[in-house]
Amino acid sequence: MTDTGAARSLVFRQRQTAEEILEPSPWSKLRRRILGNHSFLIGAIILAAIFAVAILAPLLAPHDPYDQDLTKRLTNPFWHEKKIDPEHVFGTDKVGRDYLSRLIYGSQISLLIGFSTMLISGVIGTVLGVTAGYFGGRVDMVVNFVINTRLAMPVFLVAMAAVVAFGASLTVVILVLGLFLWDRFAVVMRSITMQARDLDYVKAARAMGCSTPYIIVREIFPNVLSSLTVVATVEMANAILLEAALSFLGFGVQAPTPSWGLMLNEGREYMFFSPWLLALPGVCLFMLVLAINLFGDGLRDVTLERER
Amino acid sequence: MPAYTLKRTFVAFLILIVVSGLTFSLSHLSADPALTIGGEQASEEDIQAIRKLYGFDRPIHVQYLDWLGRALSGDFGESYHYKQRVFDMVSERIGRTMLLGTLAILFALVVSIPLGTLAAMRPNSITDRIALFIAVLGQALPTFWFALMMIIVFGVWWRWLPISGHTQWANYVMPTIALGYYATPALMRLTRAGMIEVLASDYIRTARAKGLSPASVLFKHALRNAIIPVVALAAVWFGFMLGGSIVIETIFNLKGIGWLSYDALLRSDLPVVQAIVLIFASFYVVLTLLADLLNAYLDPRISVR
Amino acid sequence: MSGTILEVENLSVDIPVAAGMLHPVRGIGFSVSRGETLCIVGESGCGKSLTSLAIMGLLPKTARRNADRIEFLGRDIRNLREREMARLRGGSMSMIFQEPMTSLNPSYTIGNQLAEVYLRHVEQSRAAARDRAVFLLEKVGISSAASRLGQYPHQLSGGQRQRVMIAMALMCGPELIIADEPTTALDVTIQAQILHLLAELQREFRMGMILITHDLGIVARVADKVQVMYAGKTVEEGPCETVFDAPMHPYTQGLLRCIPIPGRTRRGERLGSVPGIVPNLVGELSGCLFRNRCDHARDACAGMRDDEPTRMGDGHAYTCLRAPGEISGELQAAEAP
Repeated sequence: MTDTGAARSLVFRQRQTAEEILEPSPWSKLRRRILGNHSFLIGAIILAAIFAVAILAPLLAPHDPYDQDLTKRLTNPFWHEKKIDPEHVFGTDKVGRDYLSRLIYGSQISLLIGFSTMLISGVIGTVLGVTAGYFGGRVDMVVNFVINTRLAMPVFLVAMAAVVAFGASLTVVILVLGLFLWDRFAVVMRSITMQARDLDYVKAARAMGCSTPYIIVREIFPNVLSSLTVVATVEMANAILLEAALSFLGFGVQAPTPSWGLMLNEGREYMFFSPWLLALPGVCLFMLVLAINLFGDGLRDVTLERER
Repeated sequence: MPAYTLKRTFVAFLILIVVSGLTFSLSHLSADPALTIGGEQASEEDIQAIRKLYGFDRPIHVQYLDWLGRALSGDFGESYHYKQRVFDMVSERIGRTMLLGTLAILFALVVSIPLGTLAAMRPNSITDRIALFIAVLGQALPTFWFALMMIIVFGVWWRWLPISGHTQWANYVMPTIALGYYATPALMRLTRAGMIEVLASDYIRTARAKGLSPASVLFKHALRNAIIPVVALAAVWFGFMLGGSIVIETIFNLKGIGWLSYDALLRSDLPVVQAIVLIFASFYVVLTLLADLLNAYLDPRISVR
Repeated sequence: MSGTILEVENLSVDIPVAAGMLHPVRGIGFSVSRGETLCIVGESGCGKSLTSLAIMGLLPKTARRNADRIEFLGRDIRNLREREMARLRGGSMSMIFQEPMTSLNPSYTIGNQLAEVYLRHVEQSRAAARDRAVFLLEKVGISSAASRLGQYPHQLSGGQRQRVMIAMALMCGPELIIADEPTTALDVTIQAQILHLLAELQREFRMGMILITHDLGIVARVADKVQVMYAGKTVEEGPCETVFDAPMHPYTQGLLRCIPIPGRTRRGERLGSVPGIVPNLVGELSGCLFRNRCDHARDACAGMRDDEPTRMGDGHAYTCLRAPGEISGELQAAEAP
């Protein structure tokens, strides 16, 4: 057995291989039949709509999401008959804040978390994966060990512990999630870089004496870009769900920030009489994650088909 | 095979050491445990005394090695808050978490293997569409929100199921579904993809050419090969589920170790948190190890490769 | 004693594809008797594998099979239910495939896979199944057969696996054995051994055998009868000797020029080839489909009825517009020094 072979077999088999992550969903054909090849488009439209809402929040929101009005607490949404306030379409929360406005501003928080986490973890994972894939051998063995160690850590629990240690805030949540969710990036980048390294023109570039950073940036990176985008969508959805769960337990974004997860936390005590306080933020979360997933799946179909 | 097992076990052990070391330093570097133990009224002298008593004045790596040495023999120290042995606190509750995790993964397998198989046998049929629907939905559905919605519908409106506790079997129904549903899309996708690939394989054609009954072709020859990767993934998901149990146990007030870790974090009870992180990590590592070894057993080619 | 085992008339297979209807097998017929070896020869894509799958009832779900007659041991098997068909498969008709590396289930031992077919068709006795498996493994030339039963397919070489596949096909003492390119995936030296083994076992157990191959060298060594297929049609058929001595169809002649035949091919002589590619078999087809590759093609070929072969007696027949005299004259001219 060769050196690298022995080294690789020493380390855990990757839990999820790059092919599995990048493989077009087995239902892609079926989905195409149902949605007429527009899953990408549908995802993109919902996503664009949520983006628009987030950016135009100050214009769209009927009220200041932080404005409390203790005289109008827990008013009902429009579909109820009693105790509705025409000014608050979706009613108000326990301290009389306009629920619709808070939902609208909540999109900003989720998107902010999703993007920043994705950027941080994307950079970490890509650097690790590309390094391992390009250099192979011992470097690869070490990176592989790091990936498996990361996978063995119970993310949610350690993230909670880190939030306790460093104090709960938006920045801490973003940093903690960013420092944790790089594993898929690393696995995919590693495997694709390995394949790219053996492409003829990359070999040629090496033979011509191009510097390693030059080869990685100019020759290898363009090859991994489309896969990188696909993984980015997966990780973004993941980060948004994790933030919501953390905030829901009180280990994430702190009040009075309008985070959907935190709104679920605050609405919990009223679930018996005002279930919409829970239903609405959940539906928002669901739509956002669904849109990102459809977008990512569509992107995966489109880019991988083009490459074949 | 023995060499393979040995290597894998060694790496698994190494990973556990690193994980526990990281958690230990994270918790000890960021917060002063002496302050937690002493409480708000403690004077500077008290704090100093506590530091000395618990050995917090020693360098961090000495403290870690000390902790690790004890942890290996099952002694995780004493809870700062409850002044109880962590080992007792954990062992009292771990059964409930294991039960929940096992039920949840079984639920996921019971849903995903038949659905995935049916979907694979008749691609594009109604069954396939239903499976697709469940998968797309499941991937976007926040687990904890799903749990809350179930509580509202089945616990509050219809009053079919209890919404908190852990004393009767009915307490486990909703947590099992909430936690298990989370793993269903991934397992089902893998079953379906695996079955489609296996059903098109040469050895299935051989099995049919031998005149075996359709049931024998499907269950003996196809399913066994198709579920090898599903078994591996289910083991990994079991590890993830223990992590997911934190939210679910908290929502349903099901006092397992997931709930315990939430409670301990609220009180900065570091020994409890460290013990649970190590337990969760060990579970993940051991499960992946077992999954790989089981794989090697079910598919004899793996250990040769 | 030499009764007919299998009789097929006007068999065709249609498969709907995106571009229309594919006609990979277009009305072929043949018969196999006890102790007889029929070789079906042709290039890949000529429909010879689908023919064998059609007889076994193993066609892909989308494919449609039509035939005027498929009679196996005097019984019409065209409309048999899947369950009745399964009773025959592996029991009185078995099949050996081209890919020994992937045709055995990697998760079960050789013994398990050999025994299960016996338990299914013959009797529920594990001991008897085991004895039969050991007997046949020895027959097919696998050493220390008893200890091999516990081995997994990946522990065997390709040649050994094909031997196991042969033993598996023989487990229930079949009347008919269909071997679909059984040696193509193997090393050249192993090919000869496996072929020799098959021919020997076929003689010993007096089975009917259909051997599907693209290798005329194999045909020359084992066949009693030859059937040459081109584009889903039989272009020439007849006793092996006759067809090799006096090939009538230009395609058969082309194929024969491609192989060195002991005693006939001179040392240093250039072997021929059949230029061109197999035509697309989608949609309506008419005339002789070989015409675009044929040296003797003329305008009338496009309008030829390809279901009325020219019969030469002795079972030798071919489907070509050229008269027997024209062809045999040419053949003699070619053989003259």
